[in-house]
Amino acid sequence: MDKEAQFRQQVKTIYRFLVVVFTIAGIIAVAGIYLITDPTLSAFKKQETDAAYAIVTEDDEDRIENGIHVRTGLIDAEGLMTVVNNCTNCHSAKLVTQNRMNEERWIATIRWMQETQNLWDLGDNEHIIINYLVTNYPSNKKGRREILTHIEWYDLQEE
Amino acid sequence: MKRRNFVKKTILSSMATVIGADIVFGALMPEGYQPLALQDPDPYKMFNKDKGMEVLNDKPWNIEAKAHLLDDKITPNKYMFIRNNGLIPSNIDSTNWTLTIDGESVKHQKKYSLAELKSKFPQYTYQLTLECGGNGRSEFDPPAKGNQWTVGAVSCAQWTGVRLRDVLEDAGIKNDAVYIGYHAADMHLSKDPNKEPISRGVPMAKALQEETLLAFKMNGEDIPLVHGYPLRLVAGGWPASVSGKWVNRISIRNKVHDGTKMTGTAYRLPCEPVAPGENVKDEDMCIIESMPVKSLITYPKSGAMIDRGQQLKIRGHAWAGELEVAIMEYSIDFGATWKACPIEKPVNPLAWQHFSAEIDFQKKGYYEVWARATDIQGVSQPMVLPGWNPKGYLNNACHRIAVKVK
Repeated sequence: MDKEAQFRQQVKTIYRFLVVVFTIAGIIAVAGIYLITDPTLSAFKKQETDAAYAIVTEDDEDRIENGIHVRTGLIDAEGLMTVVNNCTNCHSAKLVTQNRMNEERWIATIRWMQETQNLWDLGDNEHIIINYLVTNYPSNKKGRREILTHIEWYDLQEE
Repeated sequence: MKRRNFVKKTILSSMATVIGADIVFGALMPEGYQPLALQDPDPYKMFNKDKGMEVLNDKPWNIEAKAHLLDDKITPNKYMFIRNNGLIPSNIDSTNWTLTIDGESVKHQKKYSLAELKSKFPQYTYQLTLECGGNGRSEFDPPAKGNQWTVGAVSCAQWTGVRLRDVLEDAGIKNDAVYIGYHAADMHLSKDPNKEPISRGVPMAKALQEETLLAFKMNGEDIPLVHGYPLRLVAGGWPASVSGKWVNRISIRNKVHDGTKMTGTAYRLPCEPVAPGENVKDEDMCIIESMPVKSLITYPKSGAMIDRGQQLKIRGHAWAGELEVAIMEYSIDFGATWKACPIEKPVNPLAWQHFSAEIDFQKKGYYEVWARATDIQGVSQPMVLPGWNPKGYLNNACHRIAVKVK
């Protein structure tokens, strides 16, 4: 019994030792591969020749503010990410957000994209996408002519 | 450089997997290296557009002006709308750019360099009205799919180039020629190289019109990239989609051109009028040719407040596609009465015309100034929306601005 416990202890020690050794070996290997491809460590230095840098922050890529998915401008609602993943690869989400259609016409739009624009078969995602579109971007009545809205009033100075 | 960056990124991301954390520097990449689509670029800087322009779509780029931005008689680049169907071509080499004339009805297939076009054929400059077929789409009910243009998808810049006619005749046109179709260097949104984002055209009569140009200059300078550098077909008065950008091939066809966006419902209207929302079969849709009569009040900007007794000066432009505008009127009582105002002659056919008026208001209150143009055939702009159509084209309803008299 005592011996067995001792044996287990030894195994644990060896196991921990091996983990440390392999981690170190792994890090050295990665660093080695990196040094082979980039011996000057240029990736870690600011490239002075390039004046501007685009900083891509990936962690808050799908940030929501005031109910809007910031990156795309789409309304945060059920099905949002399915729409983001299927509908913003080829075209801008703005093409969705500026349109208002009923179910029939959203479906027709998807069919048109599948027939002519290389859109893939949406499978089970299709009803999620259509439900999202019809709920959040429905057709609204405008009549034959709307009243003027969003007028910004200002004092007109004579030219 | 590109390969090293790729390796760098690959290594960094695999390191990230190993350590289980993001490498901060992996996100630091030189601007201009990334494909544009991955960036968050400033379109106003990228295309030299005024901050007042409205971005409707960023993939593909579609940007429109507002009525008051279009006040110039000759539209400068900064106020010119952008309508793209595909991705803007990159790495354009204008010294090696060629234009091929081919098709079933060409006598001799020919290829011209840009320098040859410029030296071989006489050059002409015209001011030409280019309006997107979908300008005004946002008002249709039921709504029509596509970019929701309000009023700003129209421009009238000065284009310099050679006549398409001269080039086509140099290659030789067979008697059975019906149509021309353009092909261009832009890429389909799906990046499928076998797909053309757009390839439209015009019947021979329009192709052979004096004002139809293969243009290499806009407002006296190289055409901006987004507007078709180095070579653009410009056919004023027709849907601007006919005026192909980045053109490298023109086919003389023995039938109606069947390129992308020539068929189906694209740039077509129901051949016979339909009720709003009605389904229309593809075969019952007819190609749009000349744009309809239309006008814009470009001064003052909507929302002007003036004092009672103060006269309001208004001005703007009117155009009528292939035709000329004959009569210009305005109303301050929602069309109950109309007053005629002077309309200038166009500087050349297919250029927009300018109008102006001075308006007196008798009472204080809220007014709308409505403008209405009538073409030489007696056809006027409607006050309500014109006939509904599935794709929301040709909304030429009267433009109006809000005015308050204090």
